[in-house]
Amino acid sequence: MAKATSSAPPAGSHAAAPINQSLTPDDKIGLYRLMSRIRRFEQVSLQHYQGGKMAGFLHLYIGQESVAVGTISLLGENDHVITAYRDHAHALAVGMGMDECMAELFGKATGCSKGKGGSMHYFEPSKNYWGGHGIVAGQTPLGLGLAYGLKFKKLKGAALCYLGDGAVNQGAFHESLNLAALWSLPVIYIIENNGYSMGTSQSRSSAYPSCLAERAAGYDMDWELFSGEDIYEVRARTQVAIERAHTLSRPAVLEIATYRWEGHSVADANKEKYRTKEEVERFKNEHDPIQRWKRVLIEEGIASEEDLKKIDKEAQKEAEASGDFAKASPYPTPESIFEDVYWEVDNKTDAGQTGRHFFND
Amino acid sequence: MPRRLSYRHALREAFDEELARDPMVVLMGEEVAQYNGAYKVTEGLWDKWGDDRIVDTPISEAGFIGMGIGASMLGVRPVMELMFWSFYTVAWDQIVNNAAMVRYMSGGKINCPIVIRGPANGGTGVGATHSHTPENILANFPGMKCVCPSNAYDAKGLMKAAIRDNDPVMFMESTKLYGEEWDVPSNDELPDGELFIPLGVADVKREGSDITLIAHGRAVITCLKAAEILEAEHGISAEVVDIRTIRPLDEETILESVAKTHRAIYVEENKPFCGVGAQIAYMIQSTIFDELDAPVLRINSLDAPAIYSPPLEAIQLPTPEVVVEKALSIC
Ligand SMILES: Cc1ncc(C[n+]2csc(CCOP(=O)(O)OP(=O)(O)O)c2C)c(N)n1
Ligand SMILES: [Mg+2]
Repeated sequence: MAKATSSAPPAGSHAAAPINQSLTPDDKIGLYRLMSRIRRFEQVSLQHYQGGKMAGFLHLYIGQESVAVGTISLLGENDHVITAYRDHAHALAVGMGMDECMAELFGKATGCSKGKGGSMHYFEPSKNYWGGHGIVAGQTPLGLGLAYGLKFKKLKGAALCYLGDGAVNQGAFHESLNLAALWSLPVIYIIENNGYSMGTSQSRSSAYPSCLAERAAGYDMDWELFSGEDIYEVRARTQVAIERAHTLSRPAVLEIATYRWEGHSVADANKEKYRTKEEVERFKNEHDPIQRWKRVLIEEGIASEEDLKKIDKEAQKEAEASGDFAKASPYPTPESIFEDVYWEVDNKTDAGQTGRHFFND
Repeated sequence: MPRRLSYRHALREAFDEELARDPMVVLMGEEVAQYNGAYKVTEGLWDKWGDDRIVDTPISEAGFIGMGIGASMLGVRPVMELMFWSFYTVAWDQIVNNAAMVRYMSGGKINCPIVIRGPANGGTGVGATHSHTPENILANFPGMKCVCPSNAYDAKGLMKAAIRDNDPVMFMESTKLYGEEWDVPSNDELPDGELFIPLGVADVKREGSDITLIAHGRAVITCLKAAEILEAEHGISAEVVDIRTIRPLDEETILESVAKTHRAIYVEENKPFCGVGAQIAYMIQSTIFDELDAPVLRINSLDAPAIYSPPLEAIQLPTPEVVVEKALSIC
């Protein structure tokens, strides 16, 4: 363990924000560990994807880890999370295990959705995690509904609803913004702006005043734009919105600038065409949120390079083990195709046993 | 004298009773609260239950239907009105991909106890955009349930079952029926103290021995009229089976009736291609082929978008005369 330095963060810096001052050294290392685990999980999943172990899409979050980890680290008992299809990081950040997440990619019965959802459709309501949604912006009214439910039940909480910079152009999102502001619902929309929706850059897809979040002004809603690179900043600025949601039931739109290193999905055939190699390299080399946090931990004397390498190694091991777990797990049985369609049928209630529910012949 | 109640008031009674029974029930939609409902189905409920339980929404079907689905995942029990079911297209992604799929994709971890309701019928001079009958389309999605009551009694009992159901229920009413009255006993006249009709149970609305007319929604009324004509003018005894819910479906009642009469026609105000009747005709022939003395026929609305011109609109939907004619062709 490196020797702790005594210098306090400069006043007014994000590190000095009360929400960050309340972090213990262990908490800070925990944030590092989580980001490292997310990255290793996805790197290992990519290997298995390339090894033909899974079907469909695999949308990687590599490069964006500080956004999910920073924002979700602020959440309490009655705060909820819902996101789009780039959902692995949010799942691990709310505390889902690598095993069930990896097994879901493999389509195994031990997956978090029993192999019925796949990469884009992770869910864990017991951890306030409501997916994992494959239709661009389709989750934005649902996030609003979670906030409605909180307010209706008189619970002090917020719903964090993530979406991409391409999703902001869907009508359902705009309808949600209007309803959120009109009814003062505690939903916080977090635009994870990685600059591209598939191969379309922000400037080719959106008309906007100074930034995408400023559109919220048209709905008389609070908004913010900030960089997602530094966890301190993500936490400090998101906390303001969470507090407003908790105490005033006010919604917000936060636009967090970030960057994805990989293609839109692993199947992105054009990933080297719509942006330059130099651009990608620059973000990898100069704006890696994990490296950035690593420097903070070392500068603050909380951990040494070696301590952090050890964490990376453990994360790698855990991710590889989750691959083994997924490989060894059974596929769902053919009978299970008809499970989890109707609550009433699954629970063998009178309603579930009255009338024919499935029409297979 | 049994109590007479209109279809709309029967629905309102169901809402009122469910609002009283379960504090998680919320009614929501365009003009449902202060305006008392575009078709007065929710009249007086806002006065009684207030802003928390009866909620006026902006004209944002994707936004508020999706919001209701999200709230239902957290245990709220929203009853959402589409001013016309025709506007389902605007909220379609939320209904299909969220309400009907989220339970499956989450491996059973989530359920959506939501009711989406409103009128779904043609015949009122509002043109093609406002005359859609999407019950066959909705029922095509496993995960969804679909209910089409033909009268006030069923509307009340089925609405109560729909609200208590833990899966998403699409409930389709008819503006043509809202003002019509039926016998609907009050709760103190009923042995169970309430009117409750489980989903998935068909009802024989008229007994007969020569032919079975099967239908849902307002087409049941058409069939009952046709049955009277068949009896009076042709000496043919027609049985009328009201399936009441499209999914889940009570196949036994249909099959029992057809096995008795040996002839069947499905009548619906829906379009023919892959309509509800197509499914049921298939089911009948594949199950009791030997019982049939004639091919199973069907009658639908004429296969074009709903026409506006009033005299033509009247013949686009099945009439008792068309049903009689078709019945005579196989009896
Ligand atoms: C309604 C809909 N249209 C198109 C797609 C295909 N699609 C999936 S992701 C995507 C790009 C979205 O980009 P963005 O919102 O910026 O999120 P990011 O992938 O960058 O996280 C597209 C076009 C879809 N899934 N849903
Ligand atoms: Mg993007």
